[in-house]
Order: sequence, then structure tokens, then C-alpha cells
Amino acid sequence: MIDYHFDWTVITRNAGFLADALLLGLGLAVASLAIGCLIGLLAAYARLSRWRLLSGAVWIYVELIRCIPLLLLIFFLYFGLPELGVRFLDKFETFVAALSIYAGAYMCEVFRAGLESIPRQYVEASKAIGLRPWQRQRYVVLPVMFRITLPSISNNLISLFKDTSLAAAIAVPELTFAARQINANTFRVMEAWLTASALYLLTAYAIAIALRQVERRYAAIR
Amino acid sequence: MTDPILLQARGVTKSFGGVNVLKGIDLDVLQGQVVSLIGASGSGKTTFLRCVNLLEEHDGGEILLDGEPIGYRDQGGRRVRLSEARVSAQRARIGMVFQQFNLFPHLTASGNVTLGLTKVLGKSKAEAQEIAEHWLDRVGLSAHSARHPYELSGGQQQRVAIARAVAMQPRLLLFDEVTSALDPELVAEVLTVMRSLAESGMTMLLVSHEMLFVREVSDHVLFLEQGRVAVEGPPSQVFDQPENERLRSFLGRFHGLFGASSA
Repeated sequence: MIDYHFDWTVITRNAGFLADALLLGLGLAVASLAIGCLIGLLAAYARLSRWRLLSGAVWIYVELIRCIPLLLLIFFLYFGLPELGVRFLDKFETFVAALSIYAGAYMCEVFRAGLESIPRQYVEASKAIGLRPWQRQRYVVLPVMFRITLPSISNNLISLFKDTSLAAAIAVPELTFAARQINANTFRVMEAWLTASALYLLTAYAIAIALRQVERRYAAIR
Repeated sequence: MTDPILLQARGVTKSFGGVNVLKGIDLDVLQGQVVSLIGASGSGKTTFLRCVNLLEEHDGGEILLDGEPIGYRDQGGRRVRLSEARVSAQRARIGMVFQQFNLFPHLTASGNVTLGLTKVLGKSKAEAQEIAEHWLDRVGLSAHSARHPYELSGGQQQRVAIARAVAMQPRLLLFDEVTSALDPELVAEVLTVMRSLAESGMTMLLVSHEMLFVREVSDHVLFLEQGRVAVEGPPSQVFDQPENERLRSFLGRFHGLFGASSA
């Protein structure tokens, strides 16, 4: 016999708190993913560079980050760096730094695969009309690569959005932290965690639908 | 003829991993001429064409466009490779149409034509658009200018590719087996466009297996064999009185289209 009586007023009373927490999580995700994509793109070009040292360094970065849990990375940056004398980051900046570095490694692999899969014929056509090297990248290679990798980019974005929950570990007041707070203050376990789960689900699903629209719009290829 | 020499190749050599693909090609293309390269696959025709606009770099000899060496400059007797910017500028003066069309898949037909006009020649969007409309109309595709390559047939894609190349107003147009990837019923529409370009005085260098077309439009034909020019001359001479045994047997493969084929 289940002996749990739901009391949803605890959620309505904390609606503003939860909404703020959700928005903060989204903000952290957007910032980290934007930086992560930039890191990933630069890293992908470095990985493919003919300069062995650069390519090797990026390889180590990618493999290292992919094999370390994100939570450890967050702890290292938050607790470890100050020990080494780096104290300029607050907990928000620390989390964005950690998630960006983490996202960068994953996006690097996505972009590298995308760049490698671009048929040589498009590059040759762009050479033949006289585009300079950076113009070939800007007007032909990157747009084509973006379209080829769009499904992988979407997958990674959704997965990384959910990873913002780890910010709770360093007391960043995002959704998971807020739910834990409500739970701790009111002992309304089910209401708090069910609401948080529902909000993650709805948001991630909304992102997925939006990205599917983008994919449909840009899949004009092949 | 007093027409100036537009393209001049002297002793052009090229090897891939120790295999000599070009063993010293000499060739002149006068302004307004249509010159064709024929020969079996592996004879070096396509490789030579790709050397002309530096998709491949020749190892020896020289290729001159309007008297200016392509890809290299001479510095005290040494060959020095030109900067990427200079190479790009040289390529912009040479148009190329590929066997597989190579249209940019993310751009419309019109976008394919305007990209080089705006980014390489620095034309305004409006002006580039106007030029694109003109050339897409010339190749019979004005109704398709907003379509993406995947919405077009092979023949239509190839005509867009020709419009893209010719809209840049190149000094020379290169055609690399441009009908080989097309279904037979689509070949004619592409050849019609090429014929009209030839008639308008465009200088063209082509590699082709369309022997009737080559004989009809060419001013000069070169038969390449194992990286060398084995026979060259006006089409009447090359096709109708081939003295070279290899050329005779090569032409004989085209269903006895030519009088001298051994039957």
C-alpha cells in the first residue's frame, strides 16, 4: 500500500524559483555549447592539420576529456584550480568553462568527421572558380559540413543540455539544485523530482523539435 | 592565322608515385580555338587538363596562359611555387567543367553561378544576379534558377556547371569528359550548349569521348598515348586519314564511325 499523499502546492508556491532555475540552466547550456562549438571547430581543423604536434595535442585533449567524467572535470576546475592559484572564476564561470571544454572535445569529433567526409569534388569546384583557401572553407566546406553533421550536432546539444544538471554539484542554482532545495526544505520528494524531470523532458523535447525543423530546412543536400 | 597564342604547354611532365603519367606534352591553343584531347583512359588527357588549372601540379616543363607561367615563377633558374592567392587569381581566369558536375549542393543554380562572381570578381549581388540570369537563360535553365542541384537532372546540373564556369568570363574553358556521367538521352542538351559556346568564339580545351562532336567542333585534335602526344592535326586529318596504327585501332572502337577504321 502506497502511503504518499501528493501536495502540489509546494510546486506552485515555488514556481518562480523553478522557472528561474530552468532559465539559468538553459543560459548555461547555450553559453557552453556556443563556446564548445567554437572550440570544437578550431580543434577539428587543428586535428586535421599537417602539423603533427598540433594534431597530436588535440588528439590528447579529445581522448582525455572523453574518458573523464564531466563531474570530475567540474570538481577539478572548481576545487583544483584555486589550489594552483587560479581564483578568478566564480562557480558559474567555472561550470561554463568545464562544460565548454567537455563539449569542445565531442564537437571536435563531430566536426572532424564532417570535414573529412566532404567530397573532394566540391573543393575542386571551389578552387576552379578561383576562391581563395579561406573562402573555400567559408563558402563551401563549412556550409556543406554543417548540413552533413546537423543530426550529430542535434544529438550532442540535447545530451549536453541535460549535463547542466551537474552544475548542482557546485551549488549553481539550476533546476536540479532547485529541486533538491525544495526537497530538503519541504520533504516533498516526489513533487520536487517529478517536476524537475518533467521540465527537463519538456525542454529537451522542445529543443529536439526545434532542431528537427532546422534539419528539415537545411537538409537540402544530396 | 594571326590569333595570339592563349595557352602554351612546353614539355609538361607529371608523375604519381613514380609512374610517369605525362611524359612531355607540347600544345598550343590559339585564342578562339577549340582544341580536343582524345585517347584511351590512362593516356593522361585528364591529368593534363587538371594541370592547366593547377588541380594537379606539373613536375616539369611549363604551362603559359597569355604568356604567364601557371603555378610557378622562375627565380634565377629555379621553379618557385606561386602563393595561394596568386594561384587562385590564375584559376579565376580559367573555367573548368567537371565530369561529375561538382555543383555546390547547398546553393541553388543561381547561387552556384553568383558565388564566384561576388566573392572572386567582387561584383555586387544585383549585378551577379543579373549575370547569372543571363547565363542560366543561355543554357536554357532560367526557369530553374531557384532549384538546388538535387532537384535537377544530370544534364541540367551540367548546364548549370557550364553557366557557372562561363559567367566568370574566363580566358579559357576546360571541359573534362563532361558528358561521360550522363544518361545517353541527356548528352545532346549539353553538347548543344558547348557547340553554341564554341560558335560564340570561346576558347575551349576539351577531353572527350564524343568523337563525332570532337570532329565537328574542334580546330585541332591531339591523340594522347601513354603520356605523349602521338598524333595531332586538324580533325579531318586525325579522324579520316589516321596513319598511326594505335590511333586507327582507338578510333575503330567507336563502332566504325570513321572511314579508316579497320573493319
